[in-house]
Amino acid sequence: MAEVQKLTPKDFKSDQEIRWCAGCGDHAILNAVQKTMANLNLPKEKYAVVSGIGCSSRFPYYMNTYGFHGIHGRGAAIASGLKVANPELSVWQITGDGDAMAIGGNHFIHVIRRNIDMNLLLFNNEIYGLTKGQYSPTSRLGAKSKTSPFGTIEHPFHPGELVIGAQGHFFARAIDVQVKVTTEILDEAARFKGTSVVEILQNCVIFNDGIHEEVIGKNVREDRTIHLKHGEKILFGKEMNKGLIRDGLKMKVVTVGEDGYTLEDILTHDAYETNPGMHLMLANMKYPEFPVAIGIIRAVKSPTYEERLVKQIEEVQSESKIKCMDDLLNSGDTWEI
Amino acid sequence: MATTKKKIEKEEVVIRFSGDSGDGMQLTGTQFSNTTALLGNDVSTFPDYPAEIRAPQGTVGGVSGFQLHFGNSKVYTPGDYCDVLVAMNPAALMANLKWMKKGGTIIVNGESFTDKNLAKAGYDENPLPKFKKGDYNIIDAPVQTLVREAVKGLGLDLKSVERTKNMFALGVTYWLFNRPLEHTEVFFERKFSKKPEVIQANILALHAGYNYANTVEALGAHYVIKKAELTKGTYRNINGNVATAWGLIAAAEKAKLTLFCGSYPITPATEILQELALRRDLGVKTFQAEDEIAGIATSIGASFGGHFAVTTTSGPGLALKSEAIGLAIIAELPLVIIDVQRGGPSTGLPTKTEQSDLMQAIYGRHGESPCVVIAASSPSNCFDYAFEAGKISLEHMVPVILLTDGFLANGSEPWRIPKMADLPDIKVPFIKEGTENYLPYERDPETLVRQWAIPGMKGYEHRVGGLEKMDKTGNVSYVPENHELMTNYRQQKVDKVANEFPLPKVHGKDSGKLLVVGWGGTYGHLYSAVDELIKQGKDVSYVHFNHIFPLPNNVDTIFEKFENILVCEINMGQFANYLSMHLPQFTYQKYNKVQGLPFTIDELTNAFNKILEDK
Repeated sequence: MAEVQKLTPKDFKSDQEIRWCAGCGDHAILNAVQKTMANLNLPKEKYAVVSGIGCSSRFPYYMNTYGFHGIHGRGAAIASGLKVANPELSVWQITGDGDAMAIGGNHFIHVIRRNIDMNLLLFNNEIYGLTKGQYSPTSRLGAKSKTSPFGTIEHPFHPGELVIGAQGHFFARAIDVQVKVTTEILDEAARFKGTSVVEILQNCVIFNDGIHEEVIGKNVREDRTIHLKHGEKILFGKEMNKGLIRDGLKMKVVTVGEDGYTLEDILTHDAYETNPGMHLMLANMKYPEFPVAIGIIRAVKSPTYEERLVKQIEEVQSESKIKCMDDLLNSGDTWEI
Repeated sequence: MATTKKKIEKEEVVIRFSGDSGDGMQLTGTQFSNTTALLGNDVSTFPDYPAEIRAPQGTVGGVSGFQLHFGNSKVYTPGDYCDVLVAMNPAALMANLKWMKKGGTIIVNGESFTDKNLAKAGYDENPLPKFKKGDYNIIDAPVQTLVREAVKGLGLDLKSVERTKNMFALGVTYWLFNRPLEHTEVFFERKFSKKPEVIQANILALHAGYNYANTVEALGAHYVIKKAELTKGTYRNINGNVATAWGLIAAAEKAKLTLFCGSYPITPATEILQELALRRDLGVKTFQAEDEIAGIATSIGASFGGHFAVTTTSGPGLALKSEAIGLAIIAELPLVIIDVQRGGPSTGLPTKTEQSDLMQAIYGRHGESPCVVIAASSPSNCFDYAFEAGKISLEHMVPVILLTDGFLANGSEPWRIPKMADLPDIKVPFIKEGTENYLPYERDPETLVRQWAIPGMKGYEHRVGGLEKMDKTGNVSYVPENHELMTNYRQQKVDKVANEFPLPKVHGKDSGKLLVVGWGGTYGHLYSAVDELIKQGKDVSYVHFNHIFPLPNNVDTIFEKFENILVCEINMGQFANYLSMHLPQFTYQKYNKVQGLPFTIDELTNAFNKILEDK
């Protein structure tokens, strides 16, 4: 690691005026990212923030790091090229549900499949904000918007399900306003070697205000979300007495001390398990049947694309007789005139 | 090998190998050209194959051909009409007879001329007996029987035996043109080192063909073509796609940068990606992306990250990449886009050549989005222009589109190997260490090029992207006057590249009745056609363009000295229309062809003569 000087979140703030709406969830996420970066002990020039198009994609301009504001949907591809070119960088992609799940869906699944070491923060507000209120690929069935005035007639994507379907190794979920929790999650995501996808439930105050409120509202959050921690019992609720057990091929919410269930019966979270079955169930839990999972759902170590590339280049170079362009030009069948 | 027949000297010969797309005609043609080049002849080749890997067997649509032209002096084209045609089945004869010279030699696999195969090819009856004496010299060889006989001791299955038919045909042509068999024997020994019976079978079939030709009476003589008088040096055969790949690697080495290629397979450009993927030994990073857009987007990311980034494609892929090219233009990052043109629109003619992406390359983007466009004009000079594309792109911080085409990409020719020390340096405008107050969009006053700071460099953190940039600072700006200023800067930056382009040389007199104008891959045909007429004393000259956008300075000083200007292109007249916009004071006549095929010398000389005689 290069020279380390203690940085503060302020060091990561650029001189540009922030143009998100007042009350937008993005402000809190920006704070969390700046806090996380300050804690990571990397010099500022080693960070690069890449984005596509959308409200969230303005993010790089507000970061005093290297940044690239790309075109719609292509953030993951631009970030992939950047990381492969420069594996020493800490690469962060900022994207939204439209940018990552619709126009950039192909790049999203492929960056995950390749396991390129970067942190992909997906701000999910279930709406297109920058184009002023059209439904997105994560909008719930029946959601009314400017382009679905009578309700959508298509099923939404669940980001976690796509991540795991694309053989993802890291998936976490956070809530925009919980800056402290989000910072902890981002810290783990940043330290994880591979594509770390963090879905952040984000509130669009203008076009989809309160979309996550019935789950994350202050008064209900403890009963309707569950903060998963590796190696700990999967418990939630105000009294921390509700938990998950396995029930056949499914999971079930039970209350400890009721119906004969004891703490022993409650599942223990294992984010490092390679089999994604349980992680998929946890990622897909929806209110009201289940609490919505927050925290690190899956974090399974695996070699990254760029590690394998560097290794392959070294191996081929050590064995090849071709060391420079002149060698290549004169290789194979040649003749003198 | 000793032969017993007389020898006839010839200056140049055109051969076409043709058969079913599974008959191995490309391999056969490549073997003949490599052997011929090693003997010191100049060679030009043209593979012509269907888009399907195995098109319906025995049909005209499934015929795969490989034409080559070699001679005792410089050869500029793969030739129009054949002296020798190898037709492995009736369909191959049907497809190619129109390309035969009268009196030429046709070698057919007579046993394939069955009723069923004749019907598939569209013949009502066997055409062979109907040729008049003197039309062609028909060698009707029982290839299957002879091959089976030759390899019978090896215990191969019928399918493997059938696969050696092409080597029989190669053996016949080797005898005919007095070529040694060693090169091909060594090739098989290397390629099938783990399958000795396959090596044996192919070598036996090759010898069977050679001996057959030596014995059969219909072949009365064989031909001698003296070595070509080529510049001294070390030579190798190279096709356009490999030359392109190597030119890019050479540019990266000169610039002391890692080469990154983000790309998606597409005919006829795929081979460039494949060739680059082989070169891990030279540190090349290839990234086979999930689609064309990811191909260019990863390259833009790699360019931002400090690599020499390229992406390779053909017309449909260039269309998909156009938004991202605009991003590279506004981000002012170096990027080379290779477009190996093919017949369009849409999927069009994927394996055939065309020059119809010119307008797309120059103008095919939204907004005012100029980038540099250059074009290669021979298989081997794809190396030079790929290198130059890299040099311009890196030195001017601008995307460069290099146009080649299916004809150049697959065609091959002997190439005098350059020395890296002889290639020009590439000076990348990196931010100088110790610079204070880096402004990412501050420009060199002469070239308008901005300085390049790479993520990881301390103290130069900055943001680039697709939104309009404020002059100097690069911050997002919606200021009306600034947008106009930046638009002008981007245009002028590209325009200034013209100062580095040489004025193209005129072949022939620098004034006169007719100036033939060409660009890109048509060079060999246009040069040969004009040269033929010049040798006849006709008042015609030729100028060829490799630098398209911007045009070299002072092109008008060439055009103004001619009474007629004829622009010849494998499209509907895109370069002529482009010239009309930029040099409207001249009248441009057009000669166009859109058949997915190169020009022929005949049709060109006819067109030139018509103008020369008309007025």
